[in-house]
Amino acid sequence: MIRSKIDRRKFLKLAGVGGAVFASGLPGWAEAQGMAKTDDFLWVQLSDTHWGFQGPPNPDAGGTLQKAVAAVNELSPVPDFVIFTGDLTHTTDDPQERRRRLTQFKEIVAALKVKDVKFIPGEHDASLDRGKAYSEFFGPTHYTFDHKGVHFIVLDNVSDPAAALGDEQLAWFKADLARLDKDARIVVFTHRPLFDLAPQWDWATRDGAKAIEMLMSFKNATVFYGHIHQEHHHATGHIQHHAAKSLIFPLPAPGSQPKRAPLAWNPAQPYSGLGFRQVGAKPAANRFDLTEFPVVKNT
Amino acid sequence: MTTCAAVTWTRRRWLKAVVAAAAPAALGPAYRAAAAPREVVIKMTVKRFEFSRKTIVVKKGVPVVIEITSLDVPHGFAVPDFHARAEIVLPGKATQVRFTPDKTGEFPFLCDIFCGDKHEELEGRLIVRA
Repeated sequence: MIRSKIDRRKFLKLAGVGGAVFASGLPGWAEAQGMAKTDDFLWVQLSDTHWGFQGPPNPDAGGTLQKAVAAVNELSPVPDFVIFTGDLTHTTDDPQERRRRLTQFKEIVAALKVKDVKFIPGEHDASLDRGKAYSEFFGPTHYTFDHKGVHFIVLDNVSDPAAALGDEQLAWFKADLARLDKDARIVVFTHRPLFDLAPQWDWATRDGAKAIEMLMSFKNATVFYGHIHQEHHHATGHIQHHAAKSLIFPLPAPGSQPKRAPLAWNPAQPYSGLGFRQVGAKPAANRFDLTEFPVVKNT
Repeated sequence: MTTCAAVTWTRRRWLKAVVAAAAPAALGPAYRAAAAPREVVIKMTVKRFEFSRKTIVVKKGVPVVIEITSLDVPHGFAVPDFHARAEIVLPGKATQVRFTPDKTGEFPFLCDIFCGDKHEELEGRLIVRA
């Protein structure tokens, strides 16, 4: 796997503090190639809501998701769609309780003004029953859709509790990519990172390198994922991978300490480290402008 | 005479060489064990959400076999720093993971098959000493 870290100075220049903005892509490349222009649009990524979690890392676990929904509803302009990148619910051994949490989650997010809402599973939703309950509520765990010139591919690296995509899904992925032009605009959504971010914390996908290899011949491919409960940016060759914050508790930087334990709730700054992301897609320029929002203002 | 002495010396040397070459086969596994460190087998179990050993101490350069059995549901066992991983650890069936630690220090091992609510806490430390 080819890896390259985004230059720290370049990142800081782009990111700023607070409502960080991160530009991803190769601006100007598409125009230089004389490609047809497509509409710019916005989408919002929310992740790792863990509905059903209870514990000191978030004393408002029963209210944070509703606050996030309210914050998304205040966005102007309104995004074209919203996607939740997994761990919608916190896991439970009880199949009935799992369905109760999925039901409650679905009811809460129904308050989103944006009606095009997409979902992908996380291991907390799907690993204990191989996606059975999740699929009853949200349909297939891997699928594609197209929007304003961008081809979106949702990959499921959680229904197998071993965190693998599996040969069958990889074959499906390969077949889907085979019908695309090499300069197609492609966005991949997953829950876990496809690359080995921190295998010692289980922040990886067993066969993720195969999926990345399949993407390598495409000039304009970007991956958005969750799982690690923090904003993170990484590149494998020319493919950018962007992790989103959580809406339940933040986790420490990859490998920064022995245990991947949640960061403590800060009463002086409640909800700090939590948030969601707006993505400004500029397909003609093959560019994504990422803006990070807090759950509540001033956090 | 000179020629004869040379032949005798050569024959002795040849016999010495033959004996040296044949020794490992003649002495069997014991001789080979002296040449390369013997594998250390470490038996342990795993259940939700606990490894029976929280710490494993091994020696650098000595091959290790972790023989692990699940007491409840399928689990994983991985030591990423040494690229050592079990495909799956099934209940009631011993799974072996072989590796040779080639560096000293303290390294995490973990369950890498999602097993429930406290899966993220199912981990331990491998200590490799010189």
